[in-house]
Amino acid sequence: MESQPIIVSASPHVHSDRTSKRLMYDVVIALIPAFLVSVYVFGIPALITTTTAVVSCLLFEYLIQKYLMKTETTLGDGSALITGILLAFNLPAGLPVWMVIAGSLVAIGIAKWSFGGLGFNVFNPALVGRVFLLISFPVQMTLWPMAAEGVGPNVDAVAGATTLGILKEGLQFGETMSTLAPRIPSGMDMLLGFTSGSLGEMSALALLAGGGYLLARRVISWHIPVVVLATMALMTGIFWAVDPEHYANPLIHLLSGGAILGAFYMATDLVTSPVTRKGMVVFAIGIGVLTVVIRLFGSYPEGISFAILIMNAFVPLINRYFKPRRFGSRIKAKIV
Amino acid sequence: MLKTFPKGGIHPPENKLTSGQPIRRMGIPKTVYVPIAQHIGIPAEIIVERKDKVTIGQVIARSGGYVSSNIHAPVAGTVTKLDMIVDTSGYKKQCIVIRTDEKDPANAEVPEWPLKSEITLSPEEILQRISDYGIVGLGGATFPAHVKLHIKKDQHLDCLIVNGVECEPYLTADHRLMLEKTDEILVGIRILMHALGVGRAIIGIENNKRDAIERFRERCPKGSGIQIAALQVKYPQGGEKQLVRALLGREVPKNGLPLDVGVVVHNVGTIFAIYQAVQHNRPLMERVVTVTGKHLQAPSNFWARIGTPIADLLEAVGGVPEATRKIVSGGPMMGKALKSTDVPVTKGTSGILVIGEEEASRGEPRNCIRCGECVSVCPMGLEPHLLMNLTEKGMYSHASNEDILTCIECGSCSYVCPSHRPLLDYIRFGKSVVKGLTPKTA
Amino acid sequence: MDSILNSVILLTLLGVVAGLVLYVVSKKFHVHENPLIAQVEELLPGANCAGCGSPGCRSFAEKLVGSEDISDLFCPVGGNEVMKWVSEALGKEVAEKDPTVAVVRCQGSCEVRPKTSEYQGPRSCAISALIYSGETDCQYGCLGDGDCVAACSFDAMYMDEATGLPVVITDKCTSCGMCVTACPRDIIEMRPKNKRDLKVYVGCLNEEKGGLAKKACSVACIGCSKCIDACPKDAITIENNLAYIDPEYCTLCRKCVPVCPTHSIIETNFPPRKVKVAPAPDTAGSVTVKPQSDA
Repeated sequence: MESQPIIVSASPHVHSDRTSKRLMYDVVIALIPAFLVSVYVFGIPALITTTTAVVSCLLFEYLIQKYLMKTETTLGDGSALITGILLAFNLPAGLPVWMVIAGSLVAIGIAKWSFGGLGFNVFNPALVGRVFLLISFPVQMTLWPMAAEGVGPNVDAVAGATTLGILKEGLQFGETMSTLAPRIPSGMDMLLGFTSGSLGEMSALALLAGGGYLLARRVISWHIPVVVLATMALMTGIFWAVDPEHYANPLIHLLSGGAILGAFYMATDLVTSPVTRKGMVVFAIGIGVLTVVIRLFGSYPEGISFAILIMNAFVPLINRYFKPRRFGSRIKAKIV
Repeated sequence: MLKTFPKGGIHPPENKLTSGQPIRRMGIPKTVYVPIAQHIGIPAEIIVERKDKVTIGQVIARSGGYVSSNIHAPVAGTVTKLDMIVDTSGYKKQCIVIRTDEKDPANAEVPEWPLKSEITLSPEEILQRISDYGIVGLGGATFPAHVKLHIKKDQHLDCLIVNGVECEPYLTADHRLMLEKTDEILVGIRILMHALGVGRAIIGIENNKRDAIERFRERCPKGSGIQIAALQVKYPQGGEKQLVRALLGREVPKNGLPLDVGVVVHNVGTIFAIYQAVQHNRPLMERVVTVTGKHLQAPSNFWARIGTPIADLLEAVGGVPEATRKIVSGGPMMGKALKSTDVPVTKGTSGILVIGEEEASRGEPRNCIRCGECVSVCPMGLEPHLLMNLTEKGMYSHASNEDILTCIECGSCSYVCPSHRPLLDYIRFGKSVVKGLTPKTA
Repeated sequence: MDSILNSVILLTLLGVVAGLVLYVVSKKFHVHENPLIAQVEELLPGANCAGCGSPGCRSFAEKLVGSEDISDLFCPVGGNEVMKWVSEALGKEVAEKDPTVAVVRCQGSCEVRPKTSEYQGPRSCAISALIYSGETDCQYGCLGDGDCVAACSFDAMYMDEATGLPVVITDKCTSCGMCVTACPRDIIEMRPKNKRDLKVYVGCLNEEKGGLAKKACSVACIGCSKCIDACPKDAITIENNLAYIDPEYCTLCRKCVPVCPTHSIIETNFPPRKVKVAPAPDTAGSVTVKPQSDA
């Protein structure tokens, strides 16, 4: 007591053990199963893409903080690490390394730091990076690699095209669901990850496991993922019920593409999602609707990245209009 | 499913180290320091002078107005000086220093009287006595009790709520009081029901105090109109508005009082003080104080005279441990950190919490990541992150529009903030600016 | 050719329609404003510092033009010169005030005023003042979190790293008074400014009894009244154990400075004394108002 003066601060004098660092590393932990699946399916290229994205994101974050912003560097908070992993998860394995680096620069430099860094960005950095690459290099970005030799039962069938790609192309050129059916991977394959697509969106099961972990650790609340997926299921379900020959069933939609990755990991990004539960539901419905609209009627086979980014732009507005109900503001009394 | 309030709330570790410790009687201190501002409202006016002899229970400072309270000599002795002493506000305040007369037999007397359950006084006499005997809310807010009990003609009142929630971690003063003075509290409730003319009273107790709930259920006379309600454990259920919402489902209107929904809320400690004042003519001169902390040798509950230096209480539990970095008057969520142990026990001191090295320091604040956790835990439906930003940027009128004044300062937002942002610090400051107490600065 | 002609006609039409709309709107929603307001605003310094009590120069100009009697309105930044212009422009009487400058009346640097606790929380005087009396045992002195520096819109203040106290750069100080409002302890006072910026003032606000004050801070005023005896002009008064030098009566003779046993009276910018007196403590230098060279 003599050596160090007594501390005086305002209440509260205790703090919960939930820190932003812990939240971030929980997300990293939750992504591990999906990462392992992609390494198993795609082999070394997946490892290279992920490592490149993570290292370059961390490096850009460090350089910007140190030399541009001239502030204390906060690499340890894990946010750049997550951006790197999520960016890699949204890219095809084996994308040229320099493109991955360019994507990281856009994600960290433009999407994150030009807005002021962690907490101030409007758009999900990893998605901005991905969309930048998708628009700039459409060919390379849709060049889905073949799964590694001898993995999965129907490697040949899916090589080079994603489930959603097959659907989009097929249905556009007059094929029907029944003629496309043999080329669409089975539900089990999609669940386990033996399909084609971006690095991290392979195995629905691995992603769900990670999502469950995040829910259990209360890093995210159930509102966004559940409502996104439910809205998607409902919308695609209606179309499918009306015309099953020209619209894929909801299960295919939910398990294919980035639906689960987006719903659990991208849309739930704390910074770029609304703060209230009510707002989250509105936000999630918007994502679900936009995703389905783009998938069914847009020119891109997958639309969840765009949907999330579009809804990100609405977050400040949602936050303003969907406020928590103030205690004691008598809504009931008004009705009476 | 037990009742609770629906919106927000947190579950901090309870750490009720002293719930099994009977209340010990703290000896009469050699010197007592009695501040004249122990309650919310106007400070009392000193009516004694230096070298005056005072008897125990004598009024030494008279209520300074309607929202004020009398202050009584907690010991018999001599006024040695009228001095400025640091109190829990962190500032030096006017204070009466009394040196105890060790020979006076009144000081040695232990106030353990047989239960007196017969109510003889009229409602007016009861209210007068509560006012005269300096009873203030002992839950921590120290609002003069007689003001709360003054019901205007046009106000409808149908229920008395007794606050035995004690949702603050560590504190067990009310818990022990409920166990040890069950019958007295029940009589006190009947006194208040009689004085207020209400037929219904509910004692709200959180379910982590099963023994107190059982004891009340055993002792409570049938047909008295007194109900005992077990509540889910959730902070800040002891907040008046949250408690009314939890027990009756009524929502106290914004900027309103429980009386607006026909309810008066009193803490069990206050009820016991009222019992003593009305039945035994005893002014408020002592209270139960929990002295606790993970490093203390023997955390305990004490009956301590008002004006006892906190250092004496800490001495009685084996001294201040080496690792101490913070001493808090009150609980960890809403208590005030003290600069020194010379601060005296006042009517509002429900506990002394000693915090060690590992928990004393605040985390380094980082950027807000807009996780919305503060919004989801705020029991008042506010947006703490927004209020902090508005205050930080000097946008006080916006903050006022966002209902900054309805904040009850429970600290749940700062508790959960994963970025360790000092949300409540700023909100408290913003409130003080909006109220016009602090000048606006850019 | 047709397409070019079409677009020319279309654009012309659009232009005419838009012009008409603008004309109608500007006529219909025209707000008449006294041209004097703009004129007066031109005269004001345009710092929008709020030192006059109005939120900005514009609203102050409105007030000046709108009020009958403006003798209680004063622009501290512009001073008498600007007020004279205003008076000429409006033909109204204005008050004349002696120029003032901010002084920091606390010398409680880290060395002379030991810290007895550690404050954790936002670094703002106003916020920490809500919680308690500060890290030292003096509940009247500077809290050292720099609210005054933050409030100054003229870069006329900075925090001295070594002492932890704010310093006023006299030449830049416009006496707008924002620092006075910002300080929760009222440490900063506006005192008359003279050509060579000579000042003599008590650098302490501690109202406690001598012993306690001295214990908290070695350069505290202990209310010993030696300065009163030394003062030939009766400019010094002691209230609540604290001396105050009234600038109205003070002739800057400096006789009080050497007699102060705790060196709590500050003199600034005087030439060195001819007769050697007890050396002033080093700490005094930290608070003395620094000349322009610092800026």
